[in-house]
Amino acid sequence: MPTAVIERIGRNTNDALAAFGAFWCFTGRVLGWLFRGAMAWRNMRLLLPQMYEIGVRSVPVIAVTGAFIGMVMAVETHTQFKTIGQEQRLGSIIVLSVVKQIGPVLAAVMLAGRVGGALTAELGTMNVTEQLDAMRVMGADPIRYLVVPRFLACVILTPILTIYSDLLGVLGGWFIAVKALGVPNEPFWFYAQQGVDTWQVMEGLIKSVFFGGAIGLISCYKGFNSGAGAAGVGRACTEAFVASFISIIILNFFFAQLLKDWYIAIYGVQGIFG
Amino acid sequence: MALIELRNLHKRFGRLVVLDGVDLQVEAGQTLVIIGASGTGKSVLLKHIVGLLKPDQGEVWFDGQRIDSLPERQLMEVRRRFGFLFQMGALFDSLTVHENIAFPLIEHTRKSPEEVRRIVQEKLRMIGLPDVGPKMPADLSGGQRKRVALARAIALDPQVILYDEPTTGLDPIRSDVINELILKLKREMRVTSIVVTHDMHSAFKVADRIVMLHEGKIAFDGTPAQIRESDNAIVRRFVLGEASPEELGALHIAASATPSRR
Ligand SMILES: Nc1ncnc2c1ncn2[C@@H]1O[C@H](COP(=O)(O)OP(=O)(O)O)[C@@H](O)[C@H]1O
Ligand SMILES: [Mg+2]
Repeated sequence: MPTAVIERIGRNTNDALAAFGAFWCFTGRVLGWLFRGAMAWRNMRLLLPQMYEIGVRSVPVIAVTGAFIGMVMAVETHTQFKTIGQEQRLGSIIVLSVVKQIGPVLAAVMLAGRVGGALTAELGTMNVTEQLDAMRVMGADPIRYLVVPRFLACVILTPILTIYSDLLGVLGGWFIAVKALGVPNEPFWFYAQQGVDTWQVMEGLIKSVFFGGAIGLISCYKGFNSGAGAAGVGRACTEAFVASFISIIILNFFFAQLLKDWYIAIYGVQGIFG
Repeated sequence: MALIELRNLHKRFGRLVVLDGVDLQVEAGQTLVIIGASGTGKSVLLKHIVGLLKPDQGEVWFDGQRIDSLPERQLMEVRRRFGFLFQMGALFDSLTVHENIAFPLIEHTRKSPEEVRRIVQEKLRMIGLPDVGPKMPADLSGGQRKRVALARAIALDPQVILYDEPTTGLDPIRSDVINELILKLKREMRVTSIVVTHDMHSAFKVADRIVMLHEGKIAFDGTPAQIRESDNAIVRRFVLGEASPEELGALHIAASATPSRR
């Protein structure tokens, strides 16, 4: 039945567009509250517990992820660099990859899993147990009360956790390269410093602000719109992670493009081996 | 005119039609009980009265004001005058009992912390649980949670209280405690109440008037005495708690009219 197929495609497209619209509405309301005095003292009271939950409690996973990425980078690149006799330049490639790409992206992905999952599960449970409705009836907008502090905590803490992840990545790389594979210490740091400038560190941090924002918004939105029951919350968590992950990867691509253009406009082209 | 009025209310979720033209008027001071099978849209109906859901068609009036089209900000003012007891209590599980009851006071009023504390204590005494203030909701029994949720619903001394299945899941004794509380609130605070339930015992105990929701419409509207006399088959079966022959047919068992043949 071709008409039935067309009808189904039409309905699915319609639903997808409606959901996309609803997400941006949600985002608009979050930003609306944000500009209406998010820094008021009584809202700080809501923010600090979220900063603890999202920030402090993520430090171990972020540390382990960061360190092992740096270590893997060292192991993998060492052989290649050694064949061309350039192993003292290992520092530049390790630090550049960690700081600019893998560090921010993997830190964000880890946070999408750990923090995003927790946010969606928490808000989704509140949704299916009618706690969100109860809040609305009692005169508090759950977007202001629940979403804004969580979103802010994600935006503020993702870059900070990324710096931490970068640091451990560099140290992990150094540890394997210098301590295990015998690359001399001074050249390692010399090239590490030469390969990376402030701009590249900033590039990773600018991206991570947006990664954090995407994680916070998507996870809260999915929680608010979870289906009924435990199954609905579980599904919302999965969807939130997948959507956050895809957003991170896509945002990363666009930032790579955009920031490269800016960099070339400002500094011109510079090679890693320059 | 009536305090609450629903006019030709329609609501559907996707292709599921839940409300299909509901007309209902509730007078001030009345206790209206809404009965109906699970999933017929009783909770959906209650949520329309406080603007948690918007009708697809039809109007909701409260105290001479149309509220289904009000923006969220003005809706807040209207909601102040309502207390809502949710089906599962909907206590915030990250807050203590005391903080839960204080929540509407803090959000809706500018009372001092001492005054908030005094009101919370007063409400806890009213529901007969004066000592649970510092506990977390997870540490309470089901009946206690319902009562605490009720204390929270009446924190602002509402004009109207909406009860969504207040006795479901409770044993008969605890159910009766809730029934007595509903009557007590009506006596002492002169509230208008709407009680959604499928517990007929509770319905007969608290109701001034009973309506039955069936397939998105009001199938019966009358006093408790009238509903006992009703000769409408659907109403009778619900009141007496008997499944229809078709429903039993699906289970492949004979109706209890022919017991113990084997
Ligand atoms: N927000 C919603 N989204 C989709 N379907 C809903 C929603 N709320 C209720 N429903 C559906 O509407 C019907 C009536 O629900 P409800 O009012 O909760 O029934 P009950 O009479 O048992 O309280 C159910 O089939 C339910 O699945
Ligand atoms: Mg219900």
